[in-house]
Amino acid sequence: MAMREIMYRDALREAIDEEMARNSDVFIIGEGIAERGGSYKVTEGLLAKYGPKRVRDTPIAEAGMIGVGVGAAIAGARPIVEILYVDFAMLGMDMIVNQAAKFRLMTGGNGRVPFVMRTQGGAGGGVAAQHSQSLEALFYHIPGLRVVMPSTPSDAKGLLKYALRQEDPVMFLEHKHLYMTKGLVPDGEHIIEFGKADIKRPGKDVTLIAWSNMIPTTLAAAEELAAQGIDAEVVDPRTLVPLDKKTILESVAKTKRAVIVQEANRRGGVASDICSIIQEELFYDLDAPVTIVAGLDIPIPFNLTLEKASVPQKHDVVAAARRVLHADPIELAAE
Amino acid sequence: MSTPARSANAPSKALLEKIFRTAYKIRVFETEGIKLYRQGLIRGYFHPYLGQEGIATGVCAALREGDYIASTHRGHGHCIAWGADVKRMVAELLQKETGYCKGYGGSMHIADISVGNLGANGIVGAGTPLGVGAALASQIRGSDAITVTFTSDGGSNNGTFLESLNLAAIWNLNFILVIENNQYAVSTRIEESTRETDLYKRGLAIGVPSFQVDGNDPIAVHDLTREAVELCRAGKGPVLIEARTFRHMGHHVNDPGKYMPEDELAYYKGRDPVDRARTALLEMGGAKTQEIAAIEAEIAAEFEDAVEFSKASAEVTPEAFREFVVGY
Repeated sequence: MAMREIMYRDALREAIDEEMARNSDVFIIGEGIAERGGSYKVTEGLLAKYGPKRVRDTPIAEAGMIGVGVGAAIAGARPIVEILYVDFAMLGMDMIVNQAAKFRLMTGGNGRVPFVMRTQGGAGGGVAAQHSQSLEALFYHIPGLRVVMPSTPSDAKGLLKYALRQEDPVMFLEHKHLYMTKGLVPDGEHIIEFGKADIKRPGKDVTLIAWSNMIPTTLAAAEELAAQGIDAEVVDPRTLVPLDKKTILESVAKTKRAVIVQEANRRGGVASDICSIIQEELFYDLDAPVTIVAGLDIPIPFNLTLEKASVPQKHDVVAAARRVLHADPIELAAE
Repeated sequence: MSTPARSANAPSKALLEKIFRTAYKIRVFETEGIKLYRQGLIRGYFHPYLGQEGIATGVCAALREGDYIASTHRGHGHCIAWGADVKRMVAELLQKETGYCKGYGGSMHIADISVGNLGANGIVGAGTPLGVGAALASQIRGSDAITVTFTSDGGSNNGTFLESLNLAAIWNLNFILVIENNQYAVSTRIEESTRETDLYKRGLAIGVPSFQVDGNDPIAVHDLTREAVELCRAGKGPVLIEARTFRHMGHHVNDPGKYMPEDELAYYKGRDPVDRARTALLEMGGAKTQEIAAIEAEIAAEFEDAVEFSKASAEVTPEAFREFVVGY
């Protein structure tokens, strides 16, 4: 298939553009997304193409705009609500948790909520504690939501197009460091179903499970490990809900070793849940304890050196992989 | 803007009968429903709409097919006024598969998307942004449908009240926000919740045509809503309506409401919306007492049938439940 190399943000724009062209019920609202084209230029050009009815700026009122999106979805439209930072989505948690996530079950299935909230998270660049969080675990915990975390332009496009065709509320979590990254995206109709993990790098010695911006970090770590003679497999679940347990378990059953890498702080995180799934299913196949590399359990500090120290880096992943491979001599505690 | 104009034309007998039927049906549903609750047939929460029937009745009589409503935790009256099937409502309260939500939702979550009922809501104030969303969907689709959200004095103090009414205003949506001001947020008096107790003034502050009406007068509520509908369809929406009313009892069936002053309760019971609907049908509509009696008997029988139907209905089986939740 013919491929083009484009940026993550362009891939997102293509997805929105194609779905808006295909379905007049798709519309997008958010802060500065119309004339300005969004803080990350994802919606550039859409106002001119689709007009002010379907591409609207909003006041700074996250609870209201998320709620309005949920209401429009309940009424059968297909809203995309863009929230500048996932940190700001916290203002709309009632609408996400108590309304969108519950509606299908509460109505016995007579109501559906095809609502897509696009937002971005993650640390990097010194934007400090209220603009740097990785909050996927909050959404992961709430039954009824879909949680999508694309790491590449191809995944971003294919998953966003799928999000706009399915019937449940989607937390589409982008990463502020990925918008300008490039990757190959297939020409033509490109849709990726939820719940299908992608093996970003095949390998046989150890399984590294990561998502979003931890994929570039983990792939770089895998290259370094390769130079050391360790062949790591990198599995990207792409959607945390639904989670492709099968692909994860097949990989770990093969390598017998797993490291889970998440940018979010460790406590109560998605990595812990994936870890519990692996140990429960594969305990007797494992050659080492399942290991988690995660952010520190702190708010992200402003200082760039400290920010970097707060979230996993390549060397943390390399060290963890070597640990589960027992590749380094065991250091005995001094008497 | 606080005094609604009476419509120039006297209401027809058909409209007066519709209003009385609705108000009375809500009264029967709540009164008999409480009995079922006391018998242990209904579990969970039950927030009666007793005393507030005039509002849902008057508002919904001014709407038409294709419009939307969003309701509150005190939502039985809105469903009935919107034309819901009492059988399926009672079945829902009795946790049966034949209920609107197959027993998955209960009293606070009855919804019927197929007819534009966006649902009751267990979170006070949450229906406001949801209703604005439906109104936005209508505008995007080029439809002139109206969405009404019922909220309350309690709901008006939630932040989404301002956020979403403001969105409706900047986008000129066909949205009518009805504040049922029953003067209590659970047990907290309106005077303790806000310095300005004329809640319609909040709409004026953000450029929304806003009105106040006696919520215990279903005809006045209807007339005002019709004007609001006309304003919306003329592109001058949204509209805010504050309907003053008072509960006939506590917040829910197990709240004795001892904090409600007896003299005030007596004042509002003396202005009972169902009595006023009946009187209007008799005096303005020229109905005979036998006609009224026949309507009342018919509604009582409808409720009894609904109870029988619900009792005879099955519950969702654990097997069907497990199948329903696959993929969560």
